[in-house]
Amino acid sequence: MLALLLGVRPVLAALTIEIIGGGEKQIPVAIAPLSGEVRLPHRISEIVAADLTRSGLFRMIDPGGIAPPLDPSAIRYGDWTSRGAEALVIGAVQLRSDGRFDVRFRLMDTLKRQQLAGFSYTITAVQTRHTAHRIADVVHEKLLGIEGAFATRITYVVKRGSRFELQIADADGFGPQTVLASNEPIISPAWSPEGDRLAYVSFEQRKPVIYVQSLATGKRRVLANFRGSNSSPAWSPDGRRLAVVLTLDGSSQIYLINADGSGVARLTDSANIDTEPNFSPDGQSMIFTSDRGGSPQVYRVPVAGGAVERLTFEGNYNVSPRYSPDGKSFVFVQRSGGRFNLMLHEIATRQVIPLTDGAVDESPSFAPNGRMILYASKMGGHGILAAVSNDGHIKQRLTVEAGDVREPAWGPMQKGL
Amino acid sequence: MNRILMTVALAGLLGACSGGVKEDGAPVEDRKPDAVQQAPMRSTPPRAVPSAPTVRSIESSVSTRNPLKDPGNILSKRSVYFDYDSMTVKDEFKPLVSAHAKYLTTNRGHKIVIQGNADERGSREYNLALGQRRADSVKKMLLLLGVGDSQIETISFGEEKPRAKGADEGSYAENRRSDIVYDSE
Repeated sequence: MLALLLGVRPVLAALTIEIIGGGEKQIPVAIAPLSGEVRLPHRISEIVAADLTRSGLFRMIDPGGIAPPLDPSAIRYGDWTSRGAEALVIGAVQLRSDGRFDVRFRLMDTLKRQQLAGFSYTITAVQTRHTAHRIADVVHEKLLGIEGAFATRITYVVKRGSRFELQIADADGFGPQTVLASNEPIISPAWSPEGDRLAYVSFEQRKPVIYVQSLATGKRRVLANFRGSNSSPAWSPDGRRLAVVLTLDGSSQIYLINADGSGVARLTDSANIDTEPNFSPDGQSMIFTSDRGGSPQVYRVPVAGGAVERLTFEGNYNVSPRYSPDGKSFVFVQRSGGRFNLMLHEIATRQVIPLTDGAVDESPSFAPNGRMILYASKMGGHGILAAVSNDGHIKQRLTVEAGDVREPAWGPMQKGL
Repeated sequence: MNRILMTVALAGLLGACSGGVKEDGAPVEDRKPDAVQQAPMRSTPPRAVPSAPTVRSIESSVSTRNPLKDPGNILSKRSVYFDYDSMTVKDEFKPLVSAHAKYLTTNRGHKIVIQGNADERGSREYNLALGQRRADSVKKMLLLLGVGDSQIETISFGEEKPRAKGADEGSYAENRRSDIVYDSE
């Protein structure tokens, strides 16, 4: 029996995220409370501070009850530099006559005594958290030179007993919503490039079938239910097609299919297993897992068809490849000595660096800024999610109460409010 | 009267509990008491009614046990097990596969789904494909023995519906298997 739940806030516990390894150099920054921020349902300064702390790249300096002036020319920079802050966020929230709110903030360099960024937003109360995440993204970008990914969402599957739930939540774990609840397994969720749809594999029809579901409406359609198994959906960067794995012609092979389910075209052609397709960001190449060489390895093929090229050569089990957002590297899972770990492969140099050292790390997914990689792991026998920075230095752990979490996927940047 | 009511209530409770357990993992082998199974009717001695003619029920002389469900029949065995990283049907399972081939070639109207499974180690999607390959191995053997292609669908559960939930070699071995499920089930 199934239930499709749309926008439901369950009583289940939210995702808890903890940092378990930080970066060496952390930028000290003070996030002062925005004046008037208590008018909103959440305190923007606290969300910004939590985001930046969670990234492992910033150290929060306690604003310590100083009410900063809104006029930047009146800032007493000495107050902040004496506390060790190299940057400062100040701002204000004002209620408008139309019932919405104006949120203004400035990011100041306290050493150079100049403004680095300043934005204002007109929002409704329900957009408070998203606005705070966008402010954190600006701070991240201005101080690190790398786009932030705080204003994003993640999806994952929670298993409790014989119950499976596909959920989406903000990247900080807030506000999980159940997209699909089922008594049968759900695997391989994949975000559309616009973040408006999820493709996933459900076993509710007693076989693996691929669905595409709209997050706004909850409506879904079967994308692929051919004879045999249907799985491993991966969206093309333009959102018009998906790569899928079908068995209708015999062994597990990769096919391309339009997002409306029409136009099935076979891409790989081996008598072995070809699976886990993943488009390059420019849409031209596909990396995938294949055991055509006798053991599962990562291969690449042009999406338009052509020669298949092997990319991994160490060991006898390399699977689950995912391109980084800039297309210059890919993360994959390697089995070595009975342990499964994430590795990063730099395409130009062919250098491979280990990222994780758990026992059963799997299902990697890049954040849209390429900086963090979300993946599934186990702790104390329970399924958890974890995240690691693309240099392996920063680690996070994400858990739910009394359940197993698995199959994560990081959603795209959410630009518009 | 009270005792009957209590019994009914208890049975209801047991039914509810076992319902929850049955859903977990949804094993293919039909271990539930089979409602469909045609047990031979036992003749019950009629109540003695003085001065009325004795009426006996007449039992069908031929046993109508369904061979697919008869524990004494190899056809009730549905699972083929595989070694790690292997898709080869081992010799010890060939009699089982042959028996199902014979049944399906004799009963052309019957169809089966072969469900492939994998142990939990490694990528879920690759394990889905491994399970599929195990299901296809059994199918290939059935085709060679004359079963029609349209009588067989092969699907995979990968590591998603394990019969054994442990993280030890014994559990892994139990989960590396293909199950034959008939369309009537």
